[in-house]
Parts: sequence; C-alpha cells; structure tokens
Amino acid sequence: MTAQEVRLCGLLLQEHFGDVVEKIGTHLLRSGAQNLRTIANETNTPLDLVKKSLCVLVQHGACEFGSGRRGPGSPVEYRADSERVLRILRYPRYIYTAKTLYGDTGELIVEEVLQRGHMTLSNTVKTVADRLTHNMEEGRNMEYSEVSSTFSKLVETHFLQRCPPVAEMGAAPPTTTPATHGAPASVAPPTAESNPDCYKLPPVKLIGCGKRRHSGDDTEDQRGGKKAKMDSESCGDEGIYWQVNFERFHQHFRDQAIISAVSSKLDQTSSEIVRTMLRMSEVTTTPSAAYTQPLSANEIFRSLPPNYSISRPILDQYLTLLVDDPMEFVGKSGDSGGGMYVVNLHRALANLARATLESVVQERFGSRSARIFRLLLRKRHLEQKQVEDFAMIPAKEAKDMLYTLLSENLVQLQEIPKTPDHAPSRTFYLYTVNQLPTARLLLQRCYKTVANLIERRLHETKENKRLLEKSQRIEAILASLQASEAEPEQLTEVEDMITAPERQQLEALRRHINKLDCAENQVDETVFLLESYIFSTRTK
Amino acid sequence: MAGRGRGRGRGQMTFNLEDVGIGRGESLPPTTFKPSPLYPPLSVQPVPLQTGEEVDYMLALKQELRAATKTLPFYIRRAASKRDVDRYSDKYQSGEPKDCTIEWNPDWSRLPKELCIKVRKPQGKRTTSQVKRLKQPLVGKEEILTKLETLEKKEDAVNSEEEEDEEKKKTNEEEEQAEEEDYEEDFEEDTDYIMSYFDNGEEFGGDSDENMDEATY
Repeated sequence: MTAQEVRLCGLLLQEHFGDVVEKIGTHLLRSGAQNLRTIANETNTPLDLVKKSLCVLVQHGACEFGSGRRGPGSPVEYRADSERVLRILRYPRYIYTAKTLYGDTGELIVEEVLQRGHMTLSNTVKTVADRLTHNMEEGRNMEYSEVSSTFSKLVETHFLQRCPPVAEMGAAPPTTTPATHGAPASVAPPTAESNPDCYKLPPVKLIGCGKRRHSGDDTEDQRGGKKAKMDSESCGDEGIYWQVNFERFHQHFRDQAIISAVSSKLDQTSSEIVRTMLRMSEVTTTPSAAYTQPLSANEIFRSLPPNYSISRPILDQYLTLLVDDPMEFVGKSGDSGGGMYVVNLHRALANLARATLESVVQERFGSRSARIFRLLLRKRHLEQKQVEDFAMIPAKEAKDMLYTLLSENLVQLQEIPKTPDHAPSRTFYLYTVNQLPTARLLLQRCYKTVANLIERRLHETKENKRLLEKSQRIEAILASLQASEAEPEQLTEVEDMITAPERQQLEALRRHINKLDCAENQVDETVFLLESYIFSTRTK
Repeated sequence: MAGRGRGRGRGQMTFNLEDVGIGRGESLPPTTFKPSPLYPPLSVQPVPLQTGEEVDYMLALKQELRAATKTLPFYIRRAASKRDVDRYSDKYQSGEPKDCTIEWNPDWSRLPKELCIKVRKPQGKRTTSQVKRLKQPLVGKEEILTKLETLEKKEDAVNSEEEEDEEKKKTNEEEEQAEEEDYEEDFEEDTDYIMSYFDNGEEFGGDSDENMDEATY
C-alpha cells in the first residue's frame, strides 16, 4: 500500500461514492483493520455517516469485515481492499468487453452489477430489461428470458460469479465455518473467492424459476417501459447475489494481449493459432497457472476455425516458428501426438512487461538510452566501460545516459569490492536492470499519473463550473421548449444566450476532458499489464 | 582516516574522481539548493493517444458511468448543516439526505449487525403502528419512575452526585436497550416514531393520490 495507491484510491472513491466515503475509505486504507468506533473517532465523522459509508464499501466489495483480532466477542473490524478500489478505474473496459462478447444486453448486465456492487439475478434481469425496453422504439420490449439467458451465459463463462457467503459473525466462527466449507483452508479468510464450489453451479435451477415468473410478468405489462415495483415480491433467489468476476475478465484481457502481441510480432495466422490454443485451454487452466495445459498439434489442428484453411504441415511450421520466437509465447513440452505445445502465460506476461519498460525508456530518454537499457537487460551485469563498448555509443554520451537512467532508478548499480575496505579504486561497479523492481516503480508512476489526470480533470471542471452550469441550464430550457414545440425564433434566441467565446471555451473544455479521460483509460492498460506481471511473479 | 589529512579542494572526496568517470579538467555538476520544479520541462513530447472506435466508446462509457454514480444512492452526501433557525416545515422536507437514514435497501444479512441504519422507505403508505404507540408511554413511565427515584434519593440524603450519575448511566443504558429492541420492529414497519406518527410529508407532494385524500381530511 503506497502513498500513490492511497491517493488514487481516494480520488476514485470520492468520484464514485462522494466525500464521506472517500474519507472513511482512505482512513481504512492507511490504518488497516479497525472497528466501527475507532473509525468514527479517528475520522471525526458522525457514527451514522460512518455506518452508511461502510455499507457502501461492503456492498461494493471494497471493504471486508471480520471478527476482531482479540478473539471472539471483540468488535467487528473492517479492512479496506485497495485492489478492489483500483478496479473502479477499469470499469469501462469490463463493460466494453462484455459488450463485444455478449452484445448490448451483456453490456448492461455488467454495467448494472458493477454500479451496484452485487445484485440478485432477478433484480438485474428486471433492471436491464427495463433499460433496454426504454431505449427501444415504441411498441417493442425486451423479453426477460432473453436477458436472463445472457446472464446465464455470463455465469457459464465465469464472468459473473456468486458472492461468497458471509462468514458467521460473532459467537462461534471457528465451529460454523468448517462445517459448511469442509476441512481445508477455513482458518483466516472465510470469504476466499474461488473456494466454495457452490458459487457457479446453481444458476440452472435459479434461471428456471426466474423465467417462469418473468414470463408471467411479461404478459401482465405488455407495454413495457419503466415500472416502479423494483422491490421484488419473491423471485426465489433472495440472498443469492452475483458479482463481477474480475479475475476472469483479467484472464480475458491477458489472452487478448498475448494474441495481439503475437499478431504484431509474427502475423495474423499465428495469432489465430495462439487464440485457438488459448480458447481450448480456457476451461482447463487455472487463472494463476504459469502455462496452459499441453495440447498436441493434432488437437490444435482439429480445433482451428474451419474458415481458416491452414493445412497440417503449415500448422507444424507455424508452431515451430512460434516456439523459436524469442518472445517465447509458445513452448514445446513434449513430442507425443505430433508435439505437445503450451502457451507460456507467465513468460508472455514477463516479456510484455519488459517490452513496456523498454518502450517507456525509449519514449522518455531516446532510442540510444533504450539500447543501453536493452543491453543491460540482456547481459545482466556490465561495467561502465563495457556498456560503452557494447552499445557502441561514445563514452561521454553513454556515461550521461547511464547516469540519467541511474538517477531515475531504472538502472541499478551494484558494487563488488575486491578488498574489504570498499575502496572505489579496487571495486567493480556493475550496472544492472532488475525487471521486477523496475516494473513496480513504473506501476507506481502509473498510479501517480492517473491520480494526476483525475486531479487535473477535477480542476478543469471546477474552473469552468459556472459555464458548465449555464450550458446545462440552457440545454434543459431548449429541451423543454422543443418538447412544447416552440417557435424556431424562440429556440435560436435561447441558443444565443451562450456567446461565441463561451461556446469556444466550452468546446475546449470538452476536448480537454475527453483527452484526460482517454488518457486515464489508456494508462490503465499499462497498469493492467504491469499488475498482472507482478502478480504472476508472486504466485511462482 | 587517511582521507582526512588531505586538506582542501578536490581531496574532499574519499575516492578518486577518475574512477567514477570524471576527468581532471571536468567540473562537477553544480549543487542545487532548491527542489526540482513542480512541472519540469518535457524534453520529449509524449506520444499521441490512441484513437479509434473502441477508444471513443470506452470514453463515452467512462463519462456515462461517472455521471450515473452521482444519481445512485451509493453517492453519499453529508446532510446539509443547520441553517439559521429551526423551521416547523423542516420536518416535512425530507428530500434532502439525512445522516441517520440510508437511501437504499441493503441486505442486512450480509452486513455486520452494528451497521444497521434505518432504511428510508422510497415512497410508502405508512400504517401507524399500534404497537409503538403503546410502547412510547411505557418507556416514558420508566423514565419518570427512575427520575422520581433519583429525586427521592436527593431529598433523602445529601448523597454524593456520583450515585446520581450512575443512575443516569443506567437509565441511558436502559433507553438504549429499549431503542434497540424497538429497532427490530422499526426496521420492518417504519422509520422513526415521530415520523410515523406525523405524516412525514413525503406523500404531501401529491405523489400518490390515496394519501392526498387522507391529507385533505
């Protein structure tokens, strides 16, 4: 938990849940697990507000609670989850992915669930169907059954998952948890995400019951549209909540990253082969596995999309090419069955992260610095003289670049004394690049960048608050006038209330904000890559 | 130790400058006395952002999401601080958020008990509950009794004030307990006893017709 992370989390919380939650959230992030009274006391916030904020945080999974450290009976303690808060930044990407995979319905389902933290199946289906109907033209409406089938598809592909059951509070947690979960791993985290197996299986039963109710409901209000009876009477799935499975989404992002890397490194056909391999092993490979299950060339050949006419010998050639590629996306694990192949997931992540580091150095310090950086990455340890020679850069310039990189902490210096007195004249100074710490450094920079971007955006909107409010007001007036079918002169009159320079200013502001928002989205892609690389090294 | 005697000038370093790559003739970089600028000049222009349909769509999604969060009940605002005077009508203006109520309906079984806050019913037909009206005087009686007791004690002997304090504490505790007990039913039936007794004005705006009828009587 670094200062940059806390700052970014604070900004994200503020933007999505308001100032109060931000205060409580950052306090929790800074000080770790705390109980209700302490939080209220230390943040100087009324108890009711603290409760409300905690409800919001827990609802969105950004906060966990458990019985206190001082044994049973001690007050409940709350712990904020920074990783979950940072996920907020990636919401647009999750939603977009759902759209590309499952169309508008999928998009809205994921959007709703993200916005509300967790929802029941029936509730989601109703809201989404209402929203879709609202957007459709008159006389048409969205079938509940259609939405719920998309929902079940999302669950089948693990993009949505059940919220883990809440651990029994208070009285006797150690006795209740093992009974429900069986013996293994019920010690500290009872809400472990993937452990309870009940989590993905039961939708079948649920959907059947949901559908029946909805179809009955459908005939009842054929005209569709909005209705206020969101308080479900009884849908049979109360208490079964669904949340977005971020890990599965990340897996998808990772696979996409690998595929697009292969296609830009080699060609379209090889990327298609890798895509097939990844798709085949999607179900059999655990999210944290270092490489996919081995697949024989025969199997891959059979599973290739039929419209992609690749003959068997050509496939073999492509596979050898992929294996020989220095990026090592694909590896060979055996010779049986025409050769067994795996996708090196962790290797691929490491290589992608390395490429990111290299490109950062290249863009910030020029291509010659990047050459030095790559050289150090490949040769591990080099003396200054060797760097100059290998990189074929004049000594003076090389020295300059090397020192700049060193001062930016992208390159490290290792001293190896020949004598125990560490005398500089009798010491080797070896330059080296440590990929993992450098990636961490860069990740922190990214967090800082995003926080700065958000802050800048807030500043811009604050500066132009008056103007924005005015334009909003005028738009509202225009809309109401148009609705009442006013004269065109009246309309232009109202439109002219915004002067030309004001219009220009608004336009500029809109452009700036769009750019800042875009930048946020795109930094997040780098954040994702670096995060998954760092995470992959942790599980090794 | 050896380095110390060498005196001034360049000798202040404990090592040969040549070893680090700074020759005899070269000067050391100047020392700086102020922090580096907040916005350092960019030596290299950043690469332009990606563009395309995907990027535009994500941008729209992001802005839409941001706008939507403000309207969701999860966006918590602090209750507006008290203005100049207490008005009679304050009671009936419940449009603004209150600190003591929550605007959405969480599943309390998934939350620790201590977090329970009264849920504000969206727009409800309220039935003033008989149970509570009975309970109020009960609580009142207890209070009166305890107060009488304490007063009696005061008269009887000039007891130390500590005891009184203790009594007070006790009564407070009792009150709290009573409130907690009350709460279970409150949660189901209504928000607050005052709120339930008086029509809290939410229906006043003519939202629901049935209540309007009631109000005119």
